[in-house]
Amino acid sequence: MLVVLPETVKQVQQVLRVCHQLGVPVVARGAGTGLSAGAMPHPEGILLCLSKLDRILDIDVLARTARVQPGVSNLSISEAAASHRLYYAPDPSSQIACTIGGNVSENSGGVHCLKYGLTVHNILSLNVLTVEGETLSIGSGGLDSPGYDLMALLTGSEGLLGIITEVTVRLLPLPELAQVVMAGFDSVSTAGDAVGAIIAAGIIPAGLEMMDRLAIQAAEDFAQAGYPREAAAILLCEVDGTSEEVAQHTQEIARLFDQHGATSLTISRDETQRALLWKGRKAAFPAIGRLSPDYYCMDGTIPRSQLSFVLNEIYRLSEQYALPVANVFHAGDGNLHPLIMFDASDPTAIHRAEEFGAKILELSVSVGGCITGEHGVGVEKLGQMISQFTTQELLQFEDIKHAFDPALNLNPGKGIPILKRCQEYRALPARHQHD
Amino acid sequence: MTDQHRPLQSGNRSEQIIDALQQARETRSPVYINGGGSKQHLMGRNCDYTVLDVSEHRGIVDYQPQELVITARAGTPLVDILAILDAEGQTLSFEPPLFNGIATLGGTLACNLSGPARPWNGSIRDMVLGVQLINGKCERLNFGGKVIKNVAGYDVSRLQAGALGTLGVLCEVSLKVLPRAEKTLTLCYDMSAPEAVRHMNQRAGQPKPLSGAVWLNGQLHLRLSGAASAVDSTVVQWGGEILESGDILWEQLREMTLPFFNDAGALWRFSVQSSAEVRLDFGTTLIDWCGAQRWVHGEHPGEALQQAAVEAGGHVSLFRGGDRNAEVRSPLTSVEQGLQQRLKKSFDPDGILNPGRLYSWL
Repeated sequence: MLVVLPETVKQVQQVLRVCHQLGVPVVARGAGTGLSAGAMPHPEGILLCLSKLDRILDIDVLARTARVQPGVSNLSISEAAASHRLYYAPDPSSQIACTIGGNVSENSGGVHCLKYGLTVHNILSLNVLTVEGETLSIGSGGLDSPGYDLMALLTGSEGLLGIITEVTVRLLPLPELAQVVMAGFDSVSTAGDAVGAIIAAGIIPAGLEMMDRLAIQAAEDFAQAGYPREAAAILLCEVDGTSEEVAQHTQEIARLFDQHGATSLTISRDETQRALLWKGRKAAFPAIGRLSPDYYCMDGTIPRSQLSFVLNEIYRLSEQYALPVANVFHAGDGNLHPLIMFDASDPTAIHRAEEFGAKILELSVSVGGCITGEHGVGVEKLGQMISQFTTQELLQFEDIKHAFDPALNLNPGKGIPILKRCQEYRALPARHQHD
Repeated sequence: MTDQHRPLQSGNRSEQIIDALQQARETRSPVYINGGGSKQHLMGRNCDYTVLDVSEHRGIVDYQPQELVITARAGTPLVDILAILDAEGQTLSFEPPLFNGIATLGGTLACNLSGPARPWNGSIRDMVLGVQLINGKCERLNFGGKVIKNVAGYDVSRLQAGALGTLGVLCEVSLKVLPRAEKTLTLCYDMSAPEAVRHMNQRAGQPKPLSGAVWLNGQLHLRLSGAASAVDSTVVQWGGEILESGDILWEQLREMTLPFFNDAGALWRFSVQSSAEVRLDFGTTLIDWCGAQRWVHGEHPGEALQQAAVEAGGHVSLFRGGDRNAEVRSPLTSVEQGLQQRLKKSFDPDGILNPGRLYSWL
């Protein structure tokens, strides 16, 4: 394994050309914050770290776009645009560190997806180098492009189709006002019903997050955000827009929460309290880390109507595997993040945690959801791809991969399981195959 | 086009579609996929193949208002979908043209057609969550799903947007839907095109419920839609004349029935950076999508149009009329061309699905 840290696009291109000539695998890496081992180095390959390509090249205020290099951190785009009252909407939890190149590769989300979309909805064009080191310009300054929509294909492709060297993102005007309504509930079912009621009332919140009992207590211990410790579930519902609109919607949401049996209700008074209410949510993962030596963060998406059924199944599995689980998730999107707690020093625990996690993903698929909402497949979920896709569908993915990278040198062993379908495949080196 | 296929009956006709494709594959004779036929003479190049009529593969498969998701067969007319959404206070936020009620869901996705709200609400490409399609190998495949976040596998669903059916026959489509706006209002201002482009982009940089910005005939029209309180307060702040017949204007713009579109000759569509400088050398222009979509008529040298599009950071296509046996889209580089051809081949190795519709070489 060799690590390279290019400082220019030209150097990236040279690395790719050499690797192409020699048939060496290339794994692109940004900040390494991914949660599915998508940027895990390859033992026989090059680790292409793009973190030094970290310049914001241009902010066009009138057109509301920013042209940036792939190693720029997600948050720094919004920081650079803030003086123009603009921001970049997708905000994954790791936004302080994660890079925009990684965000594009994973199609990252965050807490504001329901209203503002994922990465794929917030980028306009990409400069990409093919596995051969050829330059590709994808998307356009307009809102579409001639030919096939390669940007849709590249976004979320986990570094398997090309190396991103530049991204143009959309910037949105910063909302005039944002307010959070927090409500406690005595069961996850009533909280789940309240989520549905908000959507049914025609309100699209900027963020709608749920936490269950273990997560509430851990986050409260960690952040003192003012969460009701006795609640079985809390909802954090943020609305943004003009001040009149926010006032209208917070009142309506508070009324709906009340109607659906909220045991406590808080509306943020000011920015300080809003930030505090979010602090607990944003610190939930590290807070859980204080409860257990290790935890395994899952990432399935389910239809919202299945929330309480799926959560109750997860609690049942938790007892079965004798591993506690805390749930922190994007309720508005139905994107679950169960955190399975275990102790890696117990040799059986890690296997039980993995098996428990796999069961959650299979459960997500069985209720009409999917195995990953925003963390990607990487190495972690290759096994579960089989439960979501048929052999023919996986072979179609493989054919797409071939169209871009016939020798399978870009990030081999990640994202899509390569099936041993024919002689040509069996003849491939072992590094491209999976058991 | 030769219409040899018998009309199919209403409901699930995917087995018949597979049979027709198998026959096409065996005889190496491509098909032209046709739903409502509303876009037969738009966007694509001429194709003279046996028609594969998919209009009877129709019907709503699933609609869960609280999930904000609807799934329907590709031949379902959009008007049927809008009617069922309307009853629940929801709508297709990308405002697709309905073309006299015959536009279908599949055709709309294949053409990636969206209305005036496109810059704010996204396109059908942004709203598609999953598709079932039959590829050129006659395999029925499902990609994406019915949930809003899904990053498992390549995003084959969005790839269908604008592919004009060249990668697969769309069977079912799942879309994210949204609540209808509580209130809509149109403001009107007299100004020149260059002033209007600057003004609309500046307005779009403010956190207000803007949902339409179009310039035509010396007037800028801005549409506000959203919570009534937000619309009302913005009207007070922005001023301008309120256009009482605003809804008709946006509908005619979406349906391309404004007098501007009556010219039967060549209609060119520029897709460019929203703030790009206005070119006055191609005659009368209609500027929509907050500056990102601009229409011009008439015969112009192809190279001049291309150059103007490149300078404006985008591309140009012959949307309607003109010589549809020639290329109708901006040229691609040899690297891009090779990649697009390999991608096409990965879905349709025998080239039976609308070959030549996008580009002569695809």
